[in-house]
Amino acid sequence: MRRRWMSAVAVTVAGMLSLAACGGGTEQATGGGTAKKQVEVFSWWTGPGEADGLKAMRDIFQKQNPDLTFFDAAVAGGSGDKARALLSSKLQANQPPDTFQGHAGAELQGYIKAGKLEPLNALYDELKLKDVFPQQLVDQITYEGNVYSVPVNIHRSNVLWFNPEILKEAGVAGAPKTIEEFVTALEAVKKTGKIPLSIGSEWTVVHLLESVMLGSMGTDAYNGLWAKGADWSGAAVTKALNDFKTIMSYAGAPQDDWQPAAKQVADGAAAFNIMGDWAYGYFHNPPDGGLGKTSKEDFDWAASPGTDGTFMWLSDSFTLPKGAPNKEGAMAWLKVAASKEGQDAFNPKKGSIPARKDADSALYTDYLKWDLEQWANGKLAGSLQHGVVANDPWKTAITEAVGLFLQSKDAAKLQQALAEAAQSNNQ
Amino acid sequence: MSRVRRWLPGLLLVTPSIIAIAVFVYGMLGWNFRLAMTDQHDEISTGEFVGLENFVSLWDQERWGISVRHAIVFTAVFVGGALILGWLLAFLMEKGIRGEGGFRTIYLFPMAISFVATGVVWRWLMNSGQDDQAVGLNRLFDGLGLDFLQNSWFRDQDWGMAAMAIPAIWQMSGYVMALFLAGFRGVPEELREAARVDGCREWQVYRYVVLPFLRPVTLSALIILGHISLKVFDLIVSVSGKQIITDVPAVFMWVAVFDSHDPAKGATIAAYIVLSVTVFVVPYLIWNARRERRS
Repeated sequence: MRRRWMSAVAVTVAGMLSLAACGGGTEQATGGGTAKKQVEVFSWWTGPGEADGLKAMRDIFQKQNPDLTFFDAAVAGGSGDKARALLSSKLQANQPPDTFQGHAGAELQGYIKAGKLEPLNALYDELKLKDVFPQQLVDQITYEGNVYSVPVNIHRSNVLWFNPEILKEAGVAGAPKTIEEFVTALEAVKKTGKIPLSIGSEWTVVHLLESVMLGSMGTDAYNGLWAKGADWSGAAVTKALNDFKTIMSYAGAPQDDWQPAAKQVADGAAAFNIMGDWAYGYFHNPPDGGLGKTSKEDFDWAASPGTDGTFMWLSDSFTLPKGAPNKEGAMAWLKVAASKEGQDAFNPKKGSIPARKDADSALYTDYLKWDLEQWANGKLAGSLQHGVVANDPWKTAITEAVGLFLQSKDAAKLQQALAEAAQSNNQ
Repeated sequence: MSRVRRWLPGLLLVTPSIIAIAVFVYGMLGWNFRLAMTDQHDEISTGEFVGLENFVSLWDQERWGISVRHAIVFTAVFVGGALILGWLLAFLMEKGIRGEGGFRTIYLFPMAISFVATGVVWRWLMNSGQDDQAVGLNRLFDGLGLDFLQNSWFRDQDWGMAAMAIPAIWQMSGYVMALFLAGFRGVPEELREAARVDGCREWQVYRYVVLPFLRPVTLSALIILGHISLKVFDLIVSVSGKQIITDVPAVFMWVAVFDSHDPAKGATIAAYIVLSVTVFVVPYLIWNARRERRS
C-alpha cells in the first residue's frame, strides 16, 4: 500500500515540476543574455545568400566587439511570416530580443504605437546617418519625427523581367516603357501562343498591383496615396485599377509562388514577369540555389512599365526594442549594420544594394550595378507589398481586396474595397 | 481511513491534468469568448464589452462568407469521401482477402503522416499547370492520353475546395477503414447465418443485419472526421498558403490575428469554429451517455 502512495505522490510532484519548468525555461534564456554579454539578434535570414551575408556582418561585429557574443536567433521562413508571429508573442510578453529585423517603414508602426521600440535619433545624429542615407529614404521611414530602425539593405520591387527570345518572336522591340506599350506587347505575345505574363500566388499579384499603380499614376500621385486623407476614390485610381484589370487578363495560370512564375520566363514559356530584384539571384545563380541562366541572353530586365526613373524600394532594417536585455550590445550591432563596412559585406552576398550612398560600387556587378545607379539617381517610392507604405492591418485589407478581385474580376468593387481599407486604417 | 486510501491516490494522480485542462482548455476558451465580445481591434487598446457585435458584423464581410462556403464544401466532400472509401475498403477486407494484414498496414500508413507533409506532396501532385506546363497528376493524365482529366485542382474557383479534400480523404480513409473493419468484425456470425437460413440474399444480409450494427461506428467516424474538417488549417496552409481561393475559417483567423492584428476578430472566428464543432460533438456525447446508461 505504501508503495502505491509513494508512486502517486512522485507522479504528482513530477507533473507539477514539469509545469513549473515551462515557466522557468524562457526566463533563463533571456535573463542569461545580460550575464554573458550576449547579443540576441532576431532575423529571418536563413536561406542561401542571406545567411552568408548575416555571417559576414557577424564576423565584423565579433572583431569590433570581442567582449560580446553574437547569438543568432534566426527563424526560417520566406519574408518572415513565421518569424514575425513568434516575435509578436515575445514582444507581448515583454521579453524582446536585443534587436530584431523588420521591413523598414510602416510595417514597424504597430510596434511603435504599442511602445515596443526605442527611437534611434541619437544614433542617427552620432553616426551622421542622415547624410549617408538618401534624404527621401529617411523621410519615408520617419514616423512622427522619429526614426526607429537602421536600414541595412535595399531591394527594388518594380522590375520587369522578360525573355528576349519571346519578345523577338512576337515582334516587340525592347522592354515596354509605358503601360500602353506594355498592353500592346502583351497582346503581341498572346498571338504567339506563349503566356504573356506569369504570376504566382496571391501576394505576387499584390506585388504586380503596386508596380502597375506606380506606372499608371506616376510617382508623386502614388506616394500621395499613403498620406492621411488621400483620395482613393478618384479617377486616377480608377484608371490604374482598370489598367491592372487589363494586364491581369493576360496573366497565365497562377503558379505556387514567385519562383515557378519567374521560371516560366527563364524557360521560355512566358514573356514577362514583374517581381522584385531577388529574382535576379534566382535566375543567375548556379543550379541548386538558382537556374544558372545568362543575363541579357536568357533573361533581361527593365524598370516596370511607366516607372522608369523611380525606384520602388523595400528594405530590411534592425531595431532597438524597449527593454532589450543588452542595450549596449544591441547598439554595437546597429552600428555595424549601419556602417559602410557592414553593408558592403552583407549586400553582395544577399544580392541587394546598401542603403548608404557611399558604398563601394566595384563590389556590385551586372544587375546590382544597374540597381545601384538607379538607387543613387532616381526618385523613391515605397513598396506596398513589402511593408514600406502601409501598416500591417492596411496591407492585409488590401491583400484581401486583391484576393477577392481575383475571384470577381470587378475593378469597381476593388476600388471601393481599397477606399474602405484606406479610410479605416490610415488615421 | 481505508476508504480515503482507496480514492486519494487516484485523485492525486489526476489532479495535475484536471488543473491543466481547467486552465489551458476551459480557461482559455472562456478567455477567448470574452475577447470576442470586446472591441479590442488592435493589440494595444484594452477593449470595451460590446456583446455580440463582432459575431454579427462578421457576416457582412465577403471573405467570411467565402470561407464558410469553402468549409462546407470541404467538409461535405471530405467526410462523405472518407466514409464511403473507408467503408468500401473495410468491406473488401472483410470479404477475406489474401494478405489482409499487409493491406491494412498500407491503408493505415497515410494516417501516420502529418497534414503538413501530405500538403507539401499534394501541392505538387495537384499543380494546376496543364499540357506543356503540366507536372504531378496533370502530367500523368497528359502522358496517359487522358487530357480531358487535366484540371486546375484547388485553383478552381467553384470546386477548388473539393479538390483540396482529396489529400484529406487519402490520409484519413485508412483510419475509417480500421473503424469499419472493427465494426464488421463485431457482427456475430450467428446472426448472419440465421439471416441466410431465413432466406436472405447476401446484399440483404448487409442491408438488414450488418449495416444496423455499423451505425455507432459510422457515427463515431462522422464525429472524428467532422471536427478535423471544420478545424482544418495545416493542410490548407501547406498546399496553398493564405489565399482567398482556398480560405477557410481557421486560416482567416490566423490572418486576422497575425496580419490584421485584430484580436477581437480572430477570437470571434475562433469562437465560431468552436461552436461549429460543438454542434457536431455535443449530440454525440448525449447519445453516448444515454447508451452507456442503458447498458
